[in-house]
Amino acid sequence: MEIPYTVKPRPDTGLYNAKVGIWLFLASEVMLFGALFSSYILLRVGALDGFWPDVATAWPHGLLNIPIGTFNTAVLIISSVTVVMAWAALKAGNFAKFQKFMMVTLVCALGFLCIKSYEYNEKFTHYVIRLKDGTAVTGHLDIDGHSPRFWTLDTVTAKKLASVKVHVDVPNQFRYPVGMKRPEVAHEGGAHAEHAAREIKTSDITFLQAFVPATGTFFAIYFTMTFLHGLHVLGGALVLGYFTFFGKKMWETDPERLTNRIEVGGLFWHFVDLVWIFLFPVMYLL
Amino acid sequence: MHTATTHAPSHGHAHGGAHDHHEPGFWSKYIFSTDHKMIGIQYGITSLIFLFFGFLLMLAMRQQLAYPGKALPIVGQFLAKTLGDDMAKDGVMQADLYNAFGAMHGTIMVFLAIVPLAFGAFGNYVTPLQIGAPDMAFPRLNMASYHLYFWGGAVMLASFFIPGGAAKSGWTSYSPLATLADRDHLVNGQTLWLIGMVLLITSSLLGAVNFITTIIQLRAKGMTWMRLPFFVWAQFVTGFLLLLAFPPLEAAGLMQLADNVLKTSFFLPTGLVTNAGPVPVSGGGSPLLWQYLFWFLAHPEVYVLILPAMGVVSEIIANNTRKPLWGYKSMVYAALGIGFLAFIVWAHHMYLTGMGTKISTFFQTTTMMISIPSVIILTALFISLWGGSIRFNTPMLFALAFLPMFGIGGLTGLPLGFNASDIYLHDSYYVIGHFHYVVAPGTIFGLFAGVYFWYPKATGRYMSEILGKIHFAGSFLCMNLIFAPMFVQGLKGMSRRMYDGGSTYFGNGVDPAILDLNKTITHSAILLGLFQIPFIVNFFLSLWNGKKVESDNPWQATTLDWQTPTPPPHGNFATEPVVYRGPYEYSVPGASKDFIQQGQPG
Repeated sequence: MEIPYTVKPRPDTGLYNAKVGIWLFLASEVMLFGALFSSYILLRVGALDGFWPDVATAWPHGLLNIPIGTFNTAVLIISSVTVVMAWAALKAGNFAKFQKFMMVTLVCALGFLCIKSYEYNEKFTHYVIRLKDGTAVTGHLDIDGHSPRFWTLDTVTAKKLASVKVHVDVPNQFRYPVGMKRPEVAHEGGAHAEHAAREIKTSDITFLQAFVPATGTFFAIYFTMTFLHGLHVLGGALVLGYFTFFGKKMWETDPERLTNRIEVGGLFWHFVDLVWIFLFPVMYLL
Repeated sequence: MHTATTHAPSHGHAHGGAHDHHEPGFWSKYIFSTDHKMIGIQYGITSLIFLFFGFLLMLAMRQQLAYPGKALPIVGQFLAKTLGDDMAKDGVMQADLYNAFGAMHGTIMVFLAIVPLAFGAFGNYVTPLQIGAPDMAFPRLNMASYHLYFWGGAVMLASFFIPGGAAKSGWTSYSPLATLADRDHLVNGQTLWLIGMVLLITSSLLGAVNFITTIIQLRAKGMTWMRLPFFVWAQFVTGFLLLLAFPPLEAAGLMQLADNVLKTSFFLPTGLVTNAGPVPVSGGGSPLLWQYLFWFLAHPEVYVLILPAMGVVSEIIANNTRKPLWGYKSMVYAALGIGFLAFIVWAHHMYLTGMGTKISTFFQTTTMMISIPSVIILTALFISLWGGSIRFNTPMLFALAFLPMFGIGGLTGLPLGFNASDIYLHDSYYVIGHFHYVVAPGTIFGLFAGVYFWYPKATGRYMSEILGKIHFAGSFLCMNLIFAPMFVQGLKGMSRRMYDGGSTYFGNGVDPAILDLNKTITHSAILLGLFQIPFIVNFFLSLWNGKKVESDNPWQATTLDWQTPTPPPHGNFATEPVVYRGPYEYSVPGASKDFIQQGQPG
């Protein structure tokens, strides 16, 4: 006996095996990301009152680059459209058209991951520095024109630097959610304060860390969720890419099977897109 | 199959050219098999080995509890040599070793022994046969499940031998303890525990997807939902529990991994201080978050442990009472009810976290509710015995013992489900007695029953009845001698997880008889180990010496698994089976035999 319904749908359920399988798998994925979103809520609700970075365990706002995030959202949505069109092309019996649309999907996936890596790198070169007087600043280190990643206070002392040059951010930049009116803050340096360079003595520093997962629970959940999402993008792209470049043989022997696989891969791709549709407002805007 | 035949010459097998079928080599037949029966056997053997290994860890711990501070006999010097002085100086079990063994005993028994045996082995072997399917829906995914399970187990075992030793924070791995234990080692036992768990969880998820799809899609013609054997229903609900409850633990595992390796603070609160001073982390996390995510899995996991055993027991009871199961439909609905309620009872493990009376009351209520479907199933099985002409063979003895043992385990759980009485009993030996009654003489007896029951189908030979009955009688006696005294110890206030058996805290002026019970328990545990020897001998010797089965249906059973050739070939059924009737048509009035198989027309 052969395994039935691998390609043709079972009459009473109306589904072929892989379609049942992918929906079940997506249900478990909902629980996986659901648990992480729940953790986000619990951590955020449990964060201390006050403003980050002055209060280390307060919840920071507006840390992420919204235009880039919006662009990336658009990239993923476009890829979700093209993945459907690729499937429709297969349904219409046009393999070349399928490949064309699928290439767009793959380029979008790659683009998304590149942009995400750029964003990560931006965070890894961005620092929070706490000083002996109890204040905290954020900004980019400037070590002989370089902007180093992943430094800590130990790195600075190990390199025996007497002081570090910091391009300080606008004070109170990370206090308010998007859309909330920010009070005018008078600060030294006027309009160019954003990149005002400031020399900070190493002896004044009590804490120095890049924006890495260990910096706070916001960073921890942001990196965990977006990294896990990125892995899903990568995995989905690898599978879809495999069928794009090596699917020709199956198309010639068993076109319906290939079409089904693209449908199932497409369902997964939509789910990955959907997760991002939630991640974007939750992480970037709220 | 057909494609394999046509391509056979190109594979270059010079010998056996006359064979019609392409005979797979050793690796593809035994290691990288995609046949559900071989995968079931792989799961079965691996999990039985883990079951025995988990039992040995417990024996070492029991020895320490009965004779604290004395060198372990036989294995003491070996442990001292392999694990070092921190763990077993001069062969004496140190606190760290006790903690590591305790954590790994729980982990191994739950995730590497019972679930793989109940779901992986029995589910894989029996489910496709019972629904009349040629294989699982996704055979290669099935192979991947087993291999992920195997490597998850290998990572767990490897963790014993790394600096600092295996995970020591209990199978529950509560933060911040789990994160701070061995923090000076970047790769410590807890890290490997988490990596192992991620592999095991992935394995279970793939398995669950596969099982549910198989049951939905591959039922034979005529196999309607209400004609499914109860065993299949039990596996179906178990599949959903694994599918939906495990991912939150995977998320939690990833977060704890980040806490351990990337030094994040998901589960570490602000201002955390240990003996070594303030812990250098950002803080802001929540230890309670771990507990919520952990128990969101771990309570449904209890039903993952018990439901397949209930399924096995139901098949065996129907078969050996020669009667239909009493209340088959109510049992099915009860199983579905358990499946639903299992997701909303988890926080009864957390009454002592101070989560507030309102939430406590909610979870107390749902906990009482979930006992109703459990009792329905148990009652239906008891009533099924009524008026039957019972055959007392070995599988039936184990199945019968399951009923009162699971009953004791379940009923002793009620005081733990009420938050008032739980405050006193929490974290005491009473809890250990309770859940071991459910899992050890409960589930494990159910699974032993299954091994004796389906062995003739898998091998074509019976296991020895005499050895089986010795195994049963000894195990039944010893299980009770081990776990019943724990209720007494717990009620007297003895805490769990104390590596000296509580003598430091408990020895002064308190009834010494309570501590003496430790000796009774330990001796019974050793005896229990000895009574497993007949089983091991029986299991292997019967492969060659067992009595051969007279037919494909040696127990005169009704379900489709007994309608296949023995042992079932690749593809299972000679002709496509068609189902004409319900699963338990025993002793039908007017019929010529006392059973009618599901595939028998008319």
